[in-house]
Amino acid sequence: MKLVVVAGTPGSGKTSVLLHTIKALIRRENKPAVVKVDCLWTDDDKRFGRLGVPIRVGLAKDMCPDHFTIYNTEPMLKWAEEEGADVLLNETAGLCLRCAPYPDSCLAVCVIDVTTGPNTPLKVGPLLTTADVVVMTKGDIVSQAEREVFRERVLEVNPDSMVIEANGLTGKGSIELAELIENSVETREGMELRYSPPLAICTLCSGEKRVERKYHMGVLRHLDGFMEYKGE
Amino acid sequence: MNSTIKLTIVGGIDKTGIEEAVKIVEVNPGDILGIVGPTGSGKSTLIDDIEQLAQGDTPTQRRILINDTEPEMGLRVDPRRKLIAQLSQNMHFLADMTVSEFIQMHARSRGKDPELMHRVIELANRLTGEPIHEDEQLTVLSGGQSRSLMTADIAVISDSPIVLIDEIENAGIKKQEALSLLSGEGKIVVVVTHDPVLALMASRRIVIRNGGMCDIITTSAEEKNMCNRVSEVDDWLMDLREIIRRGDLVEGVA
Repeated sequence: MKLVVVAGTPGSGKTSVLLHTIKALIRRENKPAVVKVDCLWTDDDKRFGRLGVPIRVGLAKDMCPDHFTIYNTEPMLKWAEEEGADVLLNETAGLCLRCAPYPDSCLAVCVIDVTTGPNTPLKVGPLLTTADVVVMTKGDIVSQAEREVFRERVLEVNPDSMVIEANGLTGKGSIELAELIENSVETREGMELRYSPPLAICTLCSGEKRVERKYHMGVLRHLDGFMEYKGE
Repeated sequence: MNSTIKLTIVGGIDKTGIEEAVKIVEVNPGDILGIVGPTGSGKSTLIDDIEQLAQGDTPTQRRILINDTEPEMGLRVDPRRKLIAQLSQNMHFLADMTVSEFIQMHARSRGKDPELMHRVIELANRLTGEPIHEDEQLTVLSGGQSRSLMTADIAVISDSPIVLIDEIENAGIKKQEALSLLSGEGKIVVVVTHDPVLALMASRRIVIRNGGMCDIITTSAEEKNMCNRVSEVDDWLMDLREIIRRGDLVEGVA
């Protein structure tokens, strides 16, 4: 079983790129299954469902969406196997720029919107820097020069990545991505994450709503960069 | 510049899925090829197919060959090796950078000397009314300024054997000057246009309808003659436009 983890900021075009890629995978006689993870709500399962591939939705709700994805990777892979799939496409909710939900033995795909400007690749962090494939979307809205500058910035922060220029409307780039998926590694027992998640748990995660400093515990970082541990 | 090359467009399907009437178009170094057709008919789509060196992997299923062979992946994606420069219809920059930062970065992405930036700005300022300054933010440039900068950038930095131009006449810049800047010795120029002067300057023009290449017309000797006359009328109109722009009266000019 192969695992493809697709991450990227909301609205970057993850779903549209995946829809075209699934069509390309099916044409090339692969059997993809899809798990779409979102935070609160999604109807993307209907869009995937029209392609006739097995689709499951996971809503992270109160849990951190990246942790939710990672925690459920095992059952997702098991489900995909039961559905007779040979590749599991996992579209993440894509919110936190601190984390990167990529296990080591997967194809890590980061989808990034060119119209957000060439400084964006510097801001995205491990989501981009630890990806195998970087898919640039919405390039049809900017000039060729701007696309090339954006690509240069991506390669500055992740020199080993494969950069694909894709278009979610026309399907440009989907065949290249399908080819990379076909040639990607198999998953294995005992996978590890490529990047360490954020420090410990924070009080907000456990439901704290009060803003005043005295209520916050755990590993805390001040504006000036000073870090301390407060708690038991 | 890369050595001169030959470009071949192998027809695919139109918007309704029917095979294109024009099956193959071969373009040699130095040729100017026009693309004409109603708005929305698919002219820009043809330009995009060429830019990405489509291999049956776009909705039109067209294939683009370079020197009669399928180009390798590196030529499709790596700006340092790209054979194609494109001036698209998109008039505005979204990048939050100054003019000089942007042009220098683009030069680096194409493996060129960042100092070429000065030459790009100088050329751009020949095509536009209000001069562009190197420490200006890109995002505040007007449509005409952006288009001039993109044109100059293509002439100097993206200097490639194939140049694609999409409706330069709408750009608010000096179109013939821009065209001569872009079309160097031995280059293939593909130009989408509604403008009679530009269309007749091409040696052939592809007619697009309903997403498909339905005909290819060779510019006749009579049309070439027409072109000279139309060009005179066009120059006259340009002069009038400049006078009005300056805020002067056009009385007595005709």
